[in-house]
Amino acid sequence: MDFLNALVALANFVFIPAIAYGSQLALGALGVTLIYGILRFSNFAHGDTMAIGTMFTILVTWGLQALGVSFGPLPTALLAIPFGIVLTSLLVLGTDRLVYRFYREQKAKPVILVIVSMGVMFIYNGLTRLIIGPGDQNFADGERFLISARDFKTMTGLDEGLALKSTQAITVVVAILVVALLFWFLNHTRTGKSMRAYSDNEDLALLSGINPERVVMGTWIIVAALAVVAGTLYGLDKSFKPFTYFQILLPIFASAIVGGLGSPLGAIAGGFIIAFSEVGITYAWKKVLTYMLPESLEPSGLVQLLSTDYKFAVSFVILIIVLLFRPTGLFKGKSV
Amino acid sequence: MRTLALFALVAALILGTGVLQSWNSALIILNMGLVSAIMALGVNLQWGLAGLFNVGVMGFVALGGLAVVLTSVAPVPEAWAAGGWRVLGAIAFALAAIAGAVFAWKTLPRKTRGWAVAAIAVAGFFLYRAILDPAVSAIESVDPAATGFLGGLGLPVLLAWPVGGLLAAGVAWVIGKTALGLRSDYLAIATLGIAEIIIALLKNEDWLTRGVKNVIGLPRPVPYEIDLQNDAGFVETAAGIGLDPTTASTIYVKLGYSVLFAVVLVVLLVLAQLALNSPWGRMMRAVRDNEEAAEAMGKDVTARHLQIFILGSALCGIAGAMMTTLDGQLTPSSYQPLRYTFLIWVMVIVGGSGNNLGAVLGGFLIWFLWVQVEPMGQWLMGVITAGMADGSALKAHLLGSVQHMRLLTMGVILLLVLRFAPRGLLPER
Repeated sequence: MDFLNALVALANFVFIPAIAYGSQLALGALGVTLIYGILRFSNFAHGDTMAIGTMFTILVTWGLQALGVSFGPLPTALLAIPFGIVLTSLLVLGTDRLVYRFYREQKAKPVILVIVSMGVMFIYNGLTRLIIGPGDQNFADGERFLISARDFKTMTGLDEGLALKSTQAITVVVAILVVALLFWFLNHTRTGKSMRAYSDNEDLALLSGINPERVVMGTWIIVAALAVVAGTLYGLDKSFKPFTYFQILLPIFASAIVGGLGSPLGAIAGGFIIAFSEVGITYAWKKVLTYMLPESLEPSGLVQLLSTDYKFAVSFVILIIVLLFRPTGLFKGKSV
Repeated sequence: MRTLALFALVAALILGTGVLQSWNSALIILNMGLVSAIMALGVNLQWGLAGLFNVGVMGFVALGGLAVVLTSVAPVPEAWAAGGWRVLGAIAFALAAIAGAVFAWKTLPRKTRGWAVAAIAVAGFFLYRAILDPAVSAIESVDPAATGFLGGLGLPVLLAWPVGGLLAAGVAWVIGKTALGLRSDYLAIATLGIAEIIIALLKNEDWLTRGVKNVIGLPRPVPYEIDLQNDAGFVETAAGIGLDPTTASTIYVKLGYSVLFAVVLVVLLVLAQLALNSPWGRMMRAVRDNEEAAEAMGKDVTARHLQIFILGSALCGIAGAMMTTLDGQLTPSSYQPLRYTFLIWVMVIVGGSGNNLGAVLGGFLIWFLWVQVEPMGQWLMGVITAGMADGSALKAHLLGSVQHMRLLTMGVILLLVLRFAPRGLLPER
């Protein structure tokens, strides 16, 4: 019984949150890694692209709610995501046309593009705060729990409750769908194949008649879609606050680098590695250990390895270890 | 010529603030402009002279702030008695464990060393926490409303400025040792992470910095306004030049800071100029422009990078200590990357990377805009919303979000400069 309780507590506080968070990070890291692979720079504006895309989704959600549209037990925001993707795609394509294309034609060094993306970051950040404000926005509606802790307890008779928030389930399902779609697109469509070819060897791809502007356009649209989905899922699961989206840039980059920049599979693996370590190291293990250990060995403190504010330190340490011992990441990434 | 004209423009902008708004706001802008110029000088050393992409400026600035607390605040004897020595012991133990791990990595055979280092790290971490935790809770329970931390050394606050530089340099050495071998954008992510960790430390290690409870009332290198107002001689002199005592005392204090900061800036600028034009500066630029060629000429690229990374970070640390002295308090939650890292980058790029005078100019100009965009935006929004009905939600929203115009403006300025004057206002010669 104690063993089952320990397992349930572990699932409730570590496993489920980490899987949901890992899916969100993986989607974010996929965007970063695609930009790196195809456009060949680290996009510092990605966190704010997520923020502004989520903001579009929230605004459309509010509009739909005002019209009385709802999605039954599911959050209305899911209906608003396609609109968010369209608006964000237009925004990033406009940005590319006005800002990035100039440097691409000049064949500017990657680091210049990184600084340019810093400027874009400022603008997106300012726009988000200007339109929706810097405060917290909660836009989740619909059914809150798939299984609530109390139902679980009465169902199984265990002392520990297992709560499965509907947003967590939705996150995982949507993430799987999006990733499957992305891989199908990259492997089986003409545009996807030309994107991969362009990423592997730009000169050869150009030689075989691939239109680079089309590849770049396709990449931005996919990146916008990934950013909106990742941002909306994160916002549904936690809450939407522009500054948090800026800060999430660090774990996202860590995921992409740990997996190997430019490798989509690596980005997903990296996302889960970072999420599980962050949650595992900042979780207070007292409860689980109390169930697992004999009474004499029960821990007196919280057995929390690091306080939650140090979660950035976790992604950072993993990042440094991987960079020192396997500089191209776990799945051979590329280095420009 | 161009340099003179642009600096005259900045001077005119600040003087204009004095005439049109008030001399107090002009001096506030001038003082933070001086501090920003030193930060920009530090980043310019790293980026302009060596091509190092450091986006952890905020962390080094915060370390400077920490130095002010550690140097100038009076020690708290009760806290030291409660657990001060134990904390020092824990830190000494942690350093020993790290040294042990490095030693094991260097001496043990390849097969076993990974496990040995991991074992030392894990055991060391738990032992360190076992030593540290009781001491921390003992210290933090000493009169938590007023102190609850160890305090500092109680030395004169001016001493904190070089100490801030040294502290930042020490941390930069550790970071540089591990991260400088990495590619440029990896270094960027690494420094971004370091800065967040330093802020997290300041926020959470209450025994050191009181965390989010802030350390207020830091000692000042200049007199207090209230003392001046009570000083008969000062009031008389102020009346002599036609000022009321309150205004005169606030301006006097701010001028005091301006003089101190200007002295530091001039000294650092002269040193930076001498370095730029010395054989060492030429070597650094050669390394920046072509690492392989420089290496072939026998230059140790990694060592040179480490050197300049430490120097630039030290400048940021000094500036951070000066800023905390000016504020009179350490508020860890006020450190935001957009303001303390990316804004400094805008200063360097706009001013002209590779040109020390350019960095200083960028520091003043961008800081001026950062402060003044808000009133300008207020005016602009006022014009836009003038036609709208009073009490409409949109009007209220637009007027309420004026402060966010700053970020937008900075982004637009950065992109415009990068596009149309990529070498900045004062290009490198």
